[in-house]
Parts: sequence; C-alpha cells; structure tokens
Amino acid sequence: MENYLWRIGGPQGSGIDRAALLFSRLCAKQGLYVLARREYHSNITGRHSYSDVRIGTQPVLSHSASPRMLVCLDAESVCRHVHNVLSTGYLIYDSHIADTHLSQLKLLDPLLLENLCKPLQKANLNCNIRELLNLAEQHGITPIAMDYETLFQRLRDEFAIPKTNAERSRNVIAVAISAALLGLTSEDVCHEVAEIFHNKPEAVALNSEAVQLAYDYVATLGINVLQPFANVEVARDDRLWVNGVQSVALGKLAAGLGIQTYYPISPATDESVFLESNYVVPMNDATHAGPVIIQTEDELAAITMACGAALTGARAATSTSGPGFSLMVEGLGWAGMTETPVVVSLYQRGGPATGLPTRTEQGDLQFVLHAGHGEFPRIVLASGDVEECFYDAFRAFNYAERYQLPVIHLLDKNLASTAQTLPPFVTDDLVIDRGEILHTADSSRHASRFLLSKNGISPRPLLEESRQIFWTSGVEHNETGHVSESPEVRRRMKEKREAKLVLAAKEIPLDEKIGVYGDRQASLMLISWGSNKGAILEAIDRMNQENRPIQAIMVKLLWPFPARELEMLVKSNKKLILLECNQTGQFSQLFRQELGCNINHRLLKYNGRPFVVEELVQSLTSIFDGTAEELMIHNNLFE
Amino acid sequence: MKPKEFETEIKNDWCAGCGDYGILRAMEKAFAELGLAPHQIAVFGGIGCSGKTPYYLEVNGIHTLHGRVLPFATGAKLANPTMTVIAVGGDGDGLGIGAGHFVNAGRRNLDLTYLLFNNEVYGLTKGQAAPTIRYGDKTKAMTTASLQSHINPVMLALTSGYTWIGRGYAYYLDQLTTLIIDAIRHKGSAFLEILQPCPVYNDLHDKHWYEYTAASGQSRLYALSDEGYEPSISVNADENMHQEKFAQCVQKAQEWGDRIPVGVFYQDLSAPEFTQQISQQIKSYRERPPAKQVRLEQNSKPMVNMQSLLRKFTL
Repeated sequence: MENYLWRIGGPQGSGIDRAALLFSRLCAKQGLYVLARREYHSNITGRHSYSDVRIGTQPVLSHSASPRMLVCLDAESVCRHVHNVLSTGYLIYDSHIADTHLSQLKLLDPLLLENLCKPLQKANLNCNIRELLNLAEQHGITPIAMDYETLFQRLRDEFAIPKTNAERSRNVIAVAISAALLGLTSEDVCHEVAEIFHNKPEAVALNSEAVQLAYDYVATLGINVLQPFANVEVARDDRLWVNGVQSVALGKLAAGLGIQTYYPISPATDESVFLESNYVVPMNDATHAGPVIIQTEDELAAITMACGAALTGARAATSTSGPGFSLMVEGLGWAGMTETPVVVSLYQRGGPATGLPTRTEQGDLQFVLHAGHGEFPRIVLASGDVEECFYDAFRAFNYAERYQLPVIHLLDKNLASTAQTLPPFVTDDLVIDRGEILHTADSSRHASRFLLSKNGISPRPLLEESRQIFWTSGVEHNETGHVSESPEVRRRMKEKREAKLVLAAKEIPLDEKIGVYGDRQASLMLISWGSNKGAILEAIDRMNQENRPIQAIMVKLLWPFPARELEMLVKSNKKLILLECNQTGQFSQLFRQELGCNINHRLLKYNGRPFVVEELVQSLTSIFDGTAEELMIHNNLFE
Repeated sequence: MKPKEFETEIKNDWCAGCGDYGILRAMEKAFAELGLAPHQIAVFGGIGCSGKTPYYLEVNGIHTLHGRVLPFATGAKLANPTMTVIAVGGDGDGLGIGAGHFVNAGRRNLDLTYLLFNNEVYGLTKGQAAPTIRYGDKTKAMTTASLQSHINPVMLALTSGYTWIGRGYAYYLDQLTTLIIDAIRHKGSAFLEILQPCPVYNDLHDKHWYEYTAASGQSRLYALSDEGYEPSISVNADENMHQEKFAQCVQKAQEWGDRIPVGVFYQDLSAPEFTQQISQQIKSYRERPPAKQVRLEQNSKPMVNMQSLLRKFTL
C-alpha cells in the first residue's frame, strides 16, 4: 500500500490536535505505521492550524504535501489546502460554509486570497467556497458536504446540553466520518474515544454517540466505502506513540535527569511541561525517582540554575528555543569556563527576534557553534528524527559529564510537533558515563578542581558529596580554582579546556557522528543534518527505485565537526548536494570551512516550513538529470 | 572549628579599610558558631569586589556571573537541600543587573541566605552610581548628580516575598555575626542588607557618616530590637498579624538620614519553605534529591525501568 495522507484543518481551539491524535491512534491500532505532524499559528484560538496524519504499512519516514483526504472544519482550511489535495482525493467540509465569500475570511493572507480569486474571476465565477470546490471537483476531487448542525441538534436533543457543548464534538465527528469512509469500524473509533477521554465519562458518552451519528450519516451519502487498509499486511509488534518533545524528555529520564529548568517558550515548553507531569520515574529496584522541574523567571536564570545544580552532581538540563538561547549565552560561557556539565535542548524556530514562534527553521547552527564571548569548548549534536531524539538526549549527558562542558542538543519545531509510531526504546546498549568524578577524600582539604592533565580532564569534585571543598570560577583561574591573570596559567588553562574537545572527537564513535544511507556507489551525495532526515531518506528511496541512485549522509555531531570521517566518504568524483532549512546555508559554510571542498548544489528552504518529500524528489531529479541550478530554494505557496 | 580556620591563605586584594573585611570576619564567626563543616557550606559570589568573597573563605566557593548569583545558588540548593547555601554580591549586582532574580528568589522562599553588600557604587569599575544611590546624590566619581531614584532594598525584599529580612552594618561585627547566623538559621529565603562603606568611591556615606551624626554626636545606626521592635510572624499567625508586621516593616524601611535602623525587619515563620513543598509533590525528593538521582546498575546501565516508564506510550 502507498502511504495515505489524511489532513485536518480548522481554527485553533477547535480540537485539531485531539482529532489528529484520535485518528493516529485509531490507524496505529490497526497495525499501521503512522507519522503525524502539526502546523499552527502563534495564537490561542481562531487562527488556522492543521495536522497531517500519514499512514503506511511500512514505517513512515516523513510527511507529504498532498492529502488523499482533507477534512476542513472551516472555510479558511478549504482555501489553504484545496490545491494540495490529490486529484483522486476527498475533501470533507461543513455544508454551511459553501456560500462563504473569500473576502469574508479576514485571516487569509492577501497573497493567498489573490491567488485563489484570480482563476475564479477570470472565469466570471463567484469568489466563494462553492466555486472553489466546483473547480476542485473538475480536477477529480470528491467534495463531501457534512451537515454538522443537524448532528449537533440530535446530540442536544439526546443529552439536553447547550449548543456550544454539542459543537465540541465537531472534531470527533470529523474523524468518525473519515474513518467510516475508510472502512474502519465505529467500534474501533469508539474504543479510541474512550481511551482518549478516559477520565471524563460524560465526554466519552457524548462523543461515542457523535461517532454513531457520523457513521449513520455517511451511510446515507451513498458513497462507496474506500478500503485502503483492507487486506494489507500489518505489523503486530509492540509500538510506541511519541512525539519529539516526549522522546527527548524520555531520553533525559532514562539518563537520570535530576533537574530541568525552563522559561516558557514555543516550541520548547511542551517538553518541560511533559516532564512536570511525570514526577514519578520507576526504577528497577521498585523505588522511584523524580526530577525537579523548575519554571524560572527567565532564561538567564534557567541556565545558571542548571549550572548551580550540576555542581552538586545532579544531571542538569534546560530546554529552550532561539530567543531563550540568546539569553542563555552568558551562562553557556560560564559552563565552558568552569567545565560544568550542562545540557541545553534547543528547539530551533524561525528567527531572528521573535521571528516565527511556531514555525520551523534550522537557523541557529552557526549561532550555537559560536555563542558566547571568548573561546570555549562545547559539543553540538543534532537529532534527525523522533527516535534519535531519545538516544541523543540520553547521550548528551554522557558527553557533558565525560568532557565536562556544555552540550547543545539541536532540535527544531519540526521534530517537536512530529509524532510517530516507533519500536520501543531499548536501553540495553546504553551505558551511563559520569566521567571522572572525585569520589574519595584524600587528606588535603581542597580539591584541585582544574588539575592540569594531558587529555584536559580533571577529576570533578561535587559540592558536599566529595567532602573536599573546592573553588570554581568564571574568571580565569589556576588549578585550585582561584583567580589568576598569569599569562602562563592562561595559556595552559585554555589548552587544557580545548584538549577535551580533541579527546571527544577521538572517542565518540562513528555512528554517533554521522549516518550513511542509500547507495554507496552513487555519484550523487546528499549531505544534511537535523530534522530533514525523514524527507531525505524517503526521497532517496524513491530516487533509487527510479534508478537514480543517491547516497545520503546525515551529520549528527556538528561540533567537534567530524571532518576526517566525512573526508573519507566524500570522494572527489562525487557530486555534493547540501540541504538545510535556512537561508544562508549555515551547514554548507561549516562544511566548506572544515573540509575545504566544493559543493555542487545547495537546497534551501526558509519559509518556516520543513522540506517535503515530493519537492525534494523533484529537485534531486533535476540535479540527477543535470538541469538544476547550483542554488535551489524550496517554497510552499499556499501552506 | 574556630573562625580563623575559615580563613584562606589567598592574598586578599580588597582596599584597605573596605567594609568587606568586616563582613568576611562576621561570616567566619557565624560559620564557626553554627558548627558547620566547610564542605557543607557553599558560598556563591556575584561579580564585583564583593563577588570575590568566596575565595577568602575556607568553604566551597563559586564565583558566578554578574547579576546571576541567586539562580546559581538556587540550583545548588534545590539539587542538594542539605547544604548550607549562601549567596553574596553587591547592590549593583543584585538590584541592577540581577533585579529580576532578586525578586523571584524572594517569592520562592527557598532556604538560602543572600548577603547584599550595599556600598551604593560600582567599586570595581571605579565608582559609577549603583541603583541604591539616591536621586540628586553625587559621589566623587560621578560626573553629575544622579537623575534616577533609588531602590530601597528592604522594601523590595518585602514585596518580593523574602521571609526573613534584615540589615546590618559592616563594622558592627558582633551584631552582624548574629544577623548572619539568624539569616542562615531561618528556613526560607533570607535577605540581609549590609551597609558597607566603600572608602575609595563613596565619599557621601563613609564610616564616619554612619557612625557619627552632628545632631546627636552618636551613630545614626540604631538596633530595632533596642526599641522593642518585634519582627516575627508566628507559625499560625492570623491575617491581622501579617498585615501588622508587613506595615511596620514598610515604615521602618523608610527611615534614613539621622536615624537608620539595623536588625531584623521582618520574619514570616508561617510561609512553607520551597523544598518542603517540592517534597510534597515529589515523594522521593528528600531521600533522592537531584544530586543523588543518577543510579546505575552494576554494568553502568541506567536503573530506570524503561518498560514501566514507556507503558503509557505503548499502543
């Protein structure tokens, strides 16, 4: 079976998230693989948001541009997505929006409005939803009008509830209609409704009835039930349903997170809020642990509080997005100078300033590599998908403690709001590495916190725990941690700190630095980083099937940069394509700086949306065929 | 241990006659009297002359960042609540660049002690006005009189929620020692303002100014306790007592000029301490605070029960 994309759009506050969760779980329970993602405005209620749920019989790697079924809870959703629906697809809309004139939709961007109206005006047609849908129908799309009002009235009659309460079931009705059309049973839908609303019996009763009404309604439409999932071979293995922020949080819990600090910021906050709701962490000896999650007054406090905690031996982290990270920079430098292990999970979003709070971008790479005045070592790693988020979050603490430095775990909005069916996380191969800790007290009263050593690592005393006292300082210091402005001490200390990075580059295993995919013999090599991974893997898979072989390399460790490892892969006869979600090609700059080799093509996207597999295949095909420009910029016109 | 044993061999580079010396001696005496072992104490310093205090004490010393001393100290205390955590810093550090942290550390009521060395100037950068200098005042290093009003540290501490608020004077060693001990013993956020003459840059309020007034021929500093001032809100206090103690603190905080009160302005024994509240939410907190949370199986594998942790994510 080919992957099936279901999309639901509507105003924020209308239950889009819950609808997507319901539909995702419903499909996943059938044994199908699911990937869901959401796009939303920085707004509480009213502005447009949508969720994609992509379903397959094999693991779904990325999202896609073109839904086969589009559910529109309002008129604006029709406007934003009708052009993307596949020509054999279905569009379910509220029958009451048909006469809505596009000029009534005040939240549509002028450019989009113009694009929609032009063809209608040319054909002397009304600029309303009905005509848009007629055009769509002419292109082969099947519009299905849904009379929600009648269903709400029935719910009101049955449950004696006010109109607004009945209307809350709109999202569940939308899912039920979709499920009915796709040949899934109402029992399965009701089962998931019960799971999702488990602690609200009234909501379960109302929504279960809404499901039945929706199924009855679909039966009256006389549309042949589609059976895309009938007779497909499905998996019966144990699977998880997690999103990017949960994956990061679970990785941290597995690693023994002691404290996480945060200041609310999109799209990072969900991770800390999730951790707050999971105070109890079960241990193998039947005891429990619970990390402390602290909401601080700002990000200056968030990172410095985490640093203070780290001095005691706690595994300490903070989670933020670009604007928050900007504030954290001075604390990052302190961690570098004092060799304090601290983990920063950085969910990139569109910048600069407030930028695009809820849209994705890989715009902070060069920033995190250089953030802070002066020079200090840091480790920067980037996760490629939701699964990697878990393992990378776990490893980040090992890096931080082994090399006694700040670790920045680069994520983005795209990962944060993508959920997937995944195999259970396995910790059998994971080991906690706490680095060199000064455990036993010798006869002296002080520890030499910054003892000079060949590899740069000094055994780390912990406040109180190590019983010896120590000094630590953000001012340049001697081995005992006292202020020193001696030129020789300065030179040695700088070299000591930098030596740790040389050690890290030597010790970190290859598979934690880079991932190699696709055809090794291919003459085209696509190199990228971060959340582009899914789209890339799916694209090269399609290309390889079309006999256009491509090899892909995902760089996971961005600093210290695995230049030597990449050099061995980047042969001179290969054509190099670099792909990333920013305007200035920040990774390309880094790549050139570290490898000094020529890049043949750059694929960039910087409109706040992630790369989509279809457009990627198109670009890669043109590169393969030799018709591509050096710089290719991807865009989405409508959404 | 004796006070002397809390001294380090590090050469102190404060100026001769600096009020910081008095504070340092008082801290040593307080540590000795409290019977604390050096490794159980962590002193966090801000940036400026006062921020160097940790180097001169034979306890754990952490020299942090300008304005951030309170969040650093907070993190350590939250992670290991059995430690005695003390933050020290200047008035510019705490009430200028660190004002946001000052306010929020107060409202958390975490059991830590903040000693604010108030000399009204930025000494280490050569005498600029600190946020405590009054409108119209001009010290010798300032090019013009201050056009900005001042922050009243005691008032700000009160409205921020500190549950122990006091004021001492750097050269009244015994009184200051008692106040530091009292502040450390208080189970909650304790704020002690220490009037600390800067002999080099603050020519308005020097040692002589504090200790002598023309009007009375005596010191302008007087102890609140000498006038029967009772600062404490008891554990089961009613709303009236809260209002009364709050109001009298506001009143005393306004006094300045010929008569300046020192001593304990306010103490609220009824407010729950922050880690007590955490341990109600997180049952394992006392036994396994963040500092002791990483637990390993013999083969260094995490002791977290993944299967159980992942249960609610399993379809």
